[in-house]
Amino acid sequence: MTSLPEPTSKKLGLVIDLDICVGCQSCATSCKEWNTGGYSAPLSDHDPYGADPSGAWLNRIHSYEFGEGPEAKTVHFPRSCLHCEEPDCVTVCPTGASYKRAEDGIVLVNPDTCIGCKLCSWACPYGAREYDYDDGVMKKCTLCVDRIYNENLPEEDRVPACVRSCPTGARAFGDLGDPDSDVSRSVAEREGFNLLEEFGYKPVNKYLPPRKAQVPTQAPEKQPEQVAAPNGTAIEKLFSWVDKTLS
Amino acid sequence: MHPAYSVIFFTTASGAGYGLLFWLSLAQLFGQMPGGRWFGFFAIALALLLITAGLLSSTLHLGRPERAIGAFSQWRSSWLSREGVAAVVTYVPAGLLALFYLFGISSGLAPVLGALAAIGAVATVYCTGMIYGSLRTIRQWNHPLVPYIYLAFAGSTGAILFGFLASLIGAASIGLLIATLFLIGLGTSLKIAYWKAVDADPGQYTREMALGLPQLGKARPLDPPHSTPNFVMREMGYSVARNHAAKLRKIVMACLMIAPVLLVILALLAPLDGLWMLLAVVAAGIGIVTERWLFFAEAEHVSQLFYGAERA
Repeated sequence: MTSLPEPTSKKLGLVIDLDICVGCQSCATSCKEWNTGGYSAPLSDHDPYGADPSGAWLNRIHSYEFGEGPEAKTVHFPRSCLHCEEPDCVTVCPTGASYKRAEDGIVLVNPDTCIGCKLCSWACPYGAREYDYDDGVMKKCTLCVDRIYNENLPEEDRVPACVRSCPTGARAFGDLGDPDSDVSRSVAEREGFNLLEEFGYKPVNKYLPPRKAQVPTQAPEKQPEQVAAPNGTAIEKLFSWVDKTLS
Repeated sequence: MHPAYSVIFFTTASGAGYGLLFWLSLAQLFGQMPGGRWFGFFAIALALLLITAGLLSSTLHLGRPERAIGAFSQWRSSWLSREGVAAVVTYVPAGLLALFYLFGISSGLAPVLGALAAIGAVATVYCTGMIYGSLRTIRQWNHPLVPYIYLAFAGSTGAILFGFLASLIGAASIGLLIATLFLIGLGTSLKIAYWKAVDADPGQYTREMALGLPQLGKARPLDPPHSTPNFVMREMGYSVARNHAAKLRKIVMACLMIAPVLLVILALLAPLDGLWMLLAVVAAGIGIVTERWLFFAEAEHVSQLFYGAERA
């Protein structure tokens, strides 16, 4: 049923720290690696090693520049499904294949009933859904639903693949519906925000802004080199004579 | 937005089909059907043929057309599903009406079927318009006039077709042709008001809003996430040059608005009304396909803010 479920207290999602993301693409590649062998059919690629490669990916990492001069900043910007609380990508679906889980808020596509009409991708302002041209269905971030509850995995691996692989710890996974969770605390401390808040889909995933740049306002003044006062020993006179002669 | 030919053919062909069905149903309801039972049968059959060809074409853009039956299930929330349900339901009174004409059955039920078919035609085209009109991600689609423009052009192209069919048997009535002129005028004025509104609106969302970092100032794309276009860029990033679009709008004005008005007036006043109506059908066909192509090509999607667009 593509009507939205009643709001629930559990809101699983990601918190992405734009201050420490280095844009290494590790989250994107580990996402692709896990999800091409997981939940749905493989994430198909076309001409992957040729001149015009393309394919379905669930996570895309942009880089932007802000500001000028010493205040300029580069921000690496991972973009994936935000598992919104009130998204139209779910309600526009004609078959019920696109749905939001009542128990944890994860937005999923049922690969067995999706007809590939692409309307959900039209309804997403975040460009988070990608069509799989080989499988004929829509693909999107599953929040690694096949990892996070998977008791066959060691406990430390029961997080989304992107979170597990991030070398800088820029991605965190948790329950954003619980104000005492680590992710909710970091959002409160760092003034975490929603993408395109004005649009009104109420994203669950949050982003943490870059910290204020620690740029020194002035370069430190150069101190002249301190020369030790001569103490009059024979060896020092010798060096002094050599120095004068040579210079 | 990428203009998919299957969707353009679907919305224009089935739009004209539902428009024709609407006028035929009204003619039946008020006892104004020109010609005898064969005209009624063939005209309704042509309307259903256009509708069916359009609906079949719309399944061509599906990744999994064999599962299309599932699309009738979510009418509570989805305009696409509602459109499917309305389309199928409308076949029942329209098909029965065609059979009544084919077998020459005169029954008190016929006007009821006519009324139901007319309502079904309006409901289906309204749903088609709302599939686009309900998408807040595209400001050129999320305009209150959009479903009414779909309705007006379905009505005008259907009326032109009806006039042509009636003229073939020398029965194009003055009332029908005047109704045609009225519908063309209505569609034209709605579309011009729509163009003015979307041209005046620069878009309320900016790249900085999309990134959520307005405090950092203006954002400049540095590295794209992928070296060649992905699905999101190909599907949502299609754009048409502004001067190109201006020329195409003129073609829409000429073919969908001015030419049919002149040709219908000629059919009213001059002999050879069948020829003039045939030319009106051809002109309106070119005009409506161009109008629908532009409707897609000029549509800007919010997701493109991440890919270099400054406003949407």
